[in-house]
Amino acid sequence: MKKYRVSFVINGRKEEMEVEANVTLLDLIRDELLLTGAKYGCGGGECGACTVIMDGNPVNSCLVLAPEVNGCEIVTVEGLVQNAELDKIQQSFIDHAALQCGFCTPGMIMSAKALLKKNPHPTEAEVREALAGNLCRCTGYKKIVEAILDVTTRN
Amino acid sequence: MKVVGKRVKRVDGVRKATGSAKYVDDMKFAGMLYAKIVRSPHAHARILSIDTSKAEALPGVKAVITGKEFSNTTGLYMADRKVFSVNKVRYIGDAVAAVAAETAEIAAKAVKLVEVEYEVLPGLFDPIEGMKEDAPLIHENMHEYEHAVFIHPIPHTNVSEHFKLRKGNVEEGFKQADFIYENEFEVPMVHHVPLETHTTVARMSLEGQLDVISSAQSPFAVRQLLGKVFDIPLNRITVQAENIGGGFGGKAGLQIEPLVVALALTLPGYYVRLTYTREEEFCSAVNRQGLRAKYKTGVMKDGNIVAQEIEYIWDAGAYNDYGVNIVKTAGYSCAGPYEIDNVKADSYCVYTNHPVGCAYRGFGMCEIHWGIEQNLDIIAENLGITPVEIRLKNGLKEGALTVTSEVMAPVGFYECIERAAELIDLDKKDAPSKPYKRRGKGIAGGYKGPSTPPAAASTAIIYLLEDGTINLLISATEMGQGAFTALAQIAAEELGVDVDKVHISTPHTDYTPYEWQTVGSRTTYSAGNAVINAAQDVKRQLKDFAAEDFDVDMNDLYIEDSFIYSKNDSDMKKAIQDYALGLVYSNGSGKGGPVIGRGVFIPEGVTNIDLETGQGRPVNHWTVGVHGAEVEVDIETGEIDVIKMAAVFDIGKVINPATAEGQVEGAIIQGLGTVLMEEMILKDGKLMNPSFVDYNIPTTVDCPELVIEFVETPLKDGPYGARGIGEPAMVPTAPAIANAIYDAIGVRITSMPITSEKILKALKEKEAKSQ
Repeated sequence: MKKYRVSFVINGRKEEMEVEANVTLLDLIRDELLLTGAKYGCGGGECGACTVIMDGNPVNSCLVLAPEVNGCEIVTVEGLVQNAELDKIQQSFIDHAALQCGFCTPGMIMSAKALLKKNPHPTEAEVREALAGNLCRCTGYKKIVEAILDVTTRN
Repeated sequence: MKVVGKRVKRVDGVRKATGSAKYVDDMKFAGMLYAKIVRSPHAHARILSIDTSKAEALPGVKAVITGKEFSNTTGLYMADRKVFSVNKVRYIGDAVAAVAAETAEIAAKAVKLVEVEYEVLPGLFDPIEGMKEDAPLIHENMHEYEHAVFIHPIPHTNVSEHFKLRKGNVEEGFKQADFIYENEFEVPMVHHVPLETHTTVARMSLEGQLDVISSAQSPFAVRQLLGKVFDIPLNRITVQAENIGGGFGGKAGLQIEPLVVALALTLPGYYVRLTYTREEEFCSAVNRQGLRAKYKTGVMKDGNIVAQEIEYIWDAGAYNDYGVNIVKTAGYSCAGPYEIDNVKADSYCVYTNHPVGCAYRGFGMCEIHWGIEQNLDIIAENLGITPVEIRLKNGLKEGALTVTSEVMAPVGFYECIERAAELIDLDKKDAPSKPYKRRGKGIAGGYKGPSTPPAAASTAIIYLLEDGTINLLISATEMGQGAFTALAQIAAEELGVDVDKVHISTPHTDYTPYEWQTVGSRTTYSAGNAVINAAQDVKRQLKDFAAEDFDVDMNDLYIEDSFIYSKNDSDMKKAIQDYALGLVYSNGSGKGGPVIGRGVFIPEGVTNIDLETGQGRPVNHWTVGVHGAEVEVDIETGEIDVIKMAAVFDIGKVINPATAEGQVEGAIIQGLGTVLMEEMILKDGKLMNPSFVDYNIPTTVDCPELVIEFVETPLKDGPYGARGIGEPAMVPTAPAIANAIYDAIGVRITSMPITSEKILKALKEKEAKSQ
């Protein structure tokens, strides 16, 4: 398998490595960089558990091939904590009990993060639309939506 | 109370919100091998030969194993499975061999090189066909299988459990009735769909110790069954259950662990991991059983139900190691939360060549209430009474006799009915949003007990540490339901310490104490009582030390805010941490030792019930509740929009309002999925929709407004009066929505799911009839 040299920034840290063409970004961050916050839920871009932010946009990292990340900036859920302080969205998820098994939570939070960056004051319908690609089997979504809307009022 | 009843933040909140919570697939081990399973492409076939030589020759493959080395059977209630199928395969996806390789890619290549020769046998895909005398047998040796004493298989048939219930005299009841109604309902197989697929890591050390880390709801059940199937002493097996990414029953009992352990035993010293792909999860992990339900109901003019004859025939799939107990539970709960004097019920668990049925949130209750609650509405309409009236007329109240003739303890079913109807404003019909749409409202009730064997036990250990903090050791697992938070609250409340001082350890069979299983909505109740008992043991030890220290009577002491006080002298107090390692006298010598509280719990008064009549007390308690639904149906497209759902449950005592609401909200949306979207589409045993594209579950945009309330009628032996809620909360969702749809458009869909196609077809038939 041909290898590609890639250089990218992940959670503020510069990485350079050789990757095989068929390796996904999800495998790269989980298996090579040991950032296991993003989860494998389906491998087909259908559940959103692997969502990370790539150059400001939420992406299903299971659908991004590792060579594509060359020159990109990636943020995973691990990159949201700054100086031991949780991101407001993370804190709001905790305050609202907006998580249960927690498996979808990192992807859910990254989708919310990307949304609020572009649209700091979304309506409930816009929140629901932005998160429609992130499946959760536990919560019924109510507290998740409330948590995100609460962040916008705290801003 | 200071902690119980409060919106305490989840103890697992930070680790889950930051992505640092570890799930089994997140753990990496040096030299770890990857497992892949060779699966049957046939629903029913004889295995003629297996040739593993080509797979073994592939570079990077460490082992290829088949069932011939592993002959023991296993099963929680019915030992009908081996690790791998040996002579026969019984469903598409049945495991016949396994590969361990250096990478997942090599393992995937290797499984394709395993050559299995089959002789295809006729498949059986309909449980009613399966009950016929000439039906081919899926398990020819079922009569030899070990099973729990309370299970009643019919030898030399496909029926692995026949549960019989006989209360009163049903024939006399029908004679007495003014009207008799007969209705039938159907529920397809559906999938649990946990976001985390099944994952297990196992390693057999060169010293003979087997370590298993698994996405398992019940580590002690896994340990016990692994010990049996592999003949390993239990003290040489450890099972650790990490964070579980959703269980819903599908990770209860023993699941994929034997497949991985078999490889680990073959390759001592190596960590071996198996993580199901999503497709594998859909096709080869367990599901919820299908049901055909028949009700014959005798009713008086005033709505009083006097007799009911019920038949439940379950499509339980290829192995029924768990299914038999679901079928039994459905039998002893057969009529729902209603008092009927004369009941005859038969519940049959039938083998088919479908994927394997298992526990699924509700444990049979969602499936039976689909019929029970629609049947009630049909009868009420015929009698000209309201859905509320028929439920109030027949609903279980204190002192009523259940179908097993158990005397009902105090219960708030009536309050739930009335409040749910009020929250949904049942009598008021709102105008539709468009002329081609119709609005309707409906309610449905439901009940569920913990559905465990009578003597299911819980244990808790509490360590008081030198700084006054607490380590709570329990083996109930955290799969999202909030068990850790509720149990920490109970420990804090009982010990009189701040909840932040309580730390809960990760369930691990070598270090945390026995827990039967984390299933059946039994954890708050059963493990909660064990925690209370452990806390009381701690307090007894502390008071014993303080009584001597203060020179007062033990009964004159109390503990609050981490201090122990004398009731008679407010100056006499000491921090509990000062006794953490024992009592130290002024001369430096000591007495006792570290404070370790031990608490155990088994429900009292629950027994096996009569095999012929089903009479007795099968569960400790019943959680009852009611859902109200408002829907809008597009009569041109058949599209259904659920606008609002209200839920009211009597859970005795709300330990944590935030997590209790979370359970009900999640349950409603999961129930909404099953009633409107979800179905395992099986064609000759093959699952046609094994992906999220083809098997849809609800997303953020499918959700109605949710209103949740609780009634608190204390359960006598519940911790602070609490009952379980996780499963019962899902039970009434589907029929409440079906009843609302009927109210909107006057058509009744009796088979789940209610799709737009079914709505349009039913509307057309209705129109044709009226012309």
